[in-house]
Amino acid sequence: MTAITSSLRDITFEQQLAQRQRRGKILEIAALIAILLGIAMLLTLLVDVVIDGLPWLRPQLFTEFPSRFPEKSGLRSAIQGSIWLMVFTSIMVIPIGVGAGIYLEEFAPRNRLTEFIEINIANLAGVPSIIYGLLGLGLFVRGLGLGRSLIAGALTMTLLVLPIIIVTTREAIRAVPRSIRLAALALGASQWETARDHVLVYSMPAILTGVILAMSRAIGETAPLITIGALTYIAFDLRGPLDIFTVLPIQIFNWVSLPQKGFHDLAAAGIIVLLVLLLSMNALAIWLRNRLFIRW
Amino acid sequence: MSRVRFVLFLVVAFSLVLAACAPAATPTPERVVETVTVVETQIVEKVVETIITPTPGPVEGTILVDGSSTVAPITVAVAEEFQKQYPEVRVPVGISGTGGGFKKFCAGETDISNASRPIKESEVELCKKNGVEYIELPVAFDGLAVMVNPANEFVSCLTVEELKKIWEPAAEGKITRWNQVRPDFPNQPLNLYGPGVDSGTYDYFTQAIVGKEGESRGDFLPSEDDNVLVQGIAGDVNALGFFGLAYYEENKDKLKLVAIDAGDGNCVLPSAETVLNGTYQPLSRPLFIYVNRQRVDQKDEISAFISFYLQKAGELVSDVGYIPLSPEIYQLAQQRYDKRITGSVFEGVGSTVGVSLADLLAKEGQ
Repeated sequence: MTAITSSLRDITFEQQLAQRQRRGKILEIAALIAILLGIAMLLTLLVDVVIDGLPWLRPQLFTEFPSRFPEKSGLRSAIQGSIWLMVFTSIMVIPIGVGAGIYLEEFAPRNRLTEFIEINIANLAGVPSIIYGLLGLGLFVRGLGLGRSLIAGALTMTLLVLPIIIVTTREAIRAVPRSIRLAALALGASQWETARDHVLVYSMPAILTGVILAMSRAIGETAPLITIGALTYIAFDLRGPLDIFTVLPIQIFNWVSLPQKGFHDLAAAGIIVLLVLLLSMNALAIWLRNRLFIRW
Repeated sequence: MSRVRFVLFLVVAFSLVLAACAPAATPTPERVVETVTVVETQIVEKVVETIITPTPGPVEGTILVDGSSTVAPITVAVAEEFQKQYPEVRVPVGISGTGGGFKKFCAGETDISNASRPIKESEVELCKKNGVEYIELPVAFDGLAVMVNPANEFVSCLTVEELKKIWEPAAEGKITRWNQVRPDFPNQPLNLYGPGVDSGTYDYFTQAIVGKEGESRGDFLPSEDDNVLVQGIAGDVNALGFFGLAYYEENKDKLKLVAIDAGDGNCVLPSAETVLNGTYQPLSRPLFIYVNRQRVDQKDEISAFISFYLQKAGELVSDVGYIPLSPEIYQLAQQRYDKRITGSVFEGVGSTVGVSLADLLAKEGQ
């Protein structure tokens, strides 16, 4: 009797095992297809862009202004605009974002108010960028009378990436072991000294990674800048933060929408430039993280 | 130690960024030659200007232009040439559509507005409310092309009536097969493609075909990017769509042009010739720029730009794929500008259908 039941159990177990393993195999293949699909799609896009854009990737692309002739067109004004936008945005967003993160993590009392603020920051990180564009249009362009200037664009971008930087800063700080804070405090360091000399130093690589990733998001944004009135055709050098401007994605967008094939290839070259810029920013983030990483 | 390194790194990175931003203009022999001819032409123009008008101030400053994406390539071409001749004047051009452009223009945010249709009643009101007066100048003609897939053998000509039957609001969800348009067409699905509802092109097409600006069926595939429409029609055997002639000219091999019968039994294909002589109706339209009247007095560079625009438009317009007006119209427009005649010859009705060169001439001549 026992022998029968045990062998019966074995049979069902083995059957089930084979079935479970089959199911596992199917899921594995499905997952593999999913990743292959993603990679294939990315590769197709990259290869397509590189084939179209590579012949146009020449010095004039960086030294010339846009023109009605594709062969005379370049990204000079757009590259200037993008770089300066990054510089001004980071000058404004890094102190505010990192400062807010430090306050919320290290100093703020845990109460309803801070909870409310935290929820809102998390929600703000998910607001579509066009909304920030409208906010920037109302607040900076018209409200503060900054016009369609680079600084209005940088302020809008600051608002856009601020929540991201606050959230990553807080996560970075939270990863610092509590024992380090306690050790510093036990040796008589004030709360601020602890934060400055220990917590911040240890969390810096992760904070920087977050900042650079947030910046690479800002450099690829188009919608909010179009909303605040960044221009499409600019054929002169940028004169300062109050000057009108254009950026790489807007120039690319404009070239793609023109009827002539030459401009479409030129747009592909512009995409390569933007892609290289983005990838090098991400590489910088990884390098910084590895270089500054401190073991405790 | 690592912090010191990090600060150093930041300093280096920042100075690299600064170095990258410094203008790297070195004069090439070409540029020198250009400057010489520019100086010559400038002298000639100065002389001409002093004869015609009282001496203007030094020509420098920024002229803000925004508006229609259809007109933008023309203004960009003019701005490009103008800035070669007047390096001290900066002419940035934005693209926010005819309607979006007028919103900024009537708020006094721009000096010149590109428009692919005449100003509308609501925009006239807005301008009036803000005390913005404007001078309307025609700069080119454009034809709207109606297109099908090249594999489509049965459509070569459509009447305006048939187009109306296809596009009017009542057709939504009802006219979905080709044989509903004309009984001898095959029983195949009819897929529609058109520009987005914010564009002046859509406004004009609905006015010309449906009879009411901005009213059409909603179940067509809209795109703000005409190249997407080209792709759509090129890849769909049952497609019908419309957009500016310039986009057809660049994609002749992928599309088939449909001739339009305005009701008199003559099927006319759009071309530079038929658009200009007024036989391609009702889908030919004039394109405009609107100049802020008050800014003209404040900024001398605007007058220099407008004169340059109207002089050079003849050649530059065809460069970018549109159809230039006759020299007489450019002259009349210049006169209109010189006399600072404000307001629209179309009296704020928006898209006006069936304006031929002759009509425009008569209207401008008033």
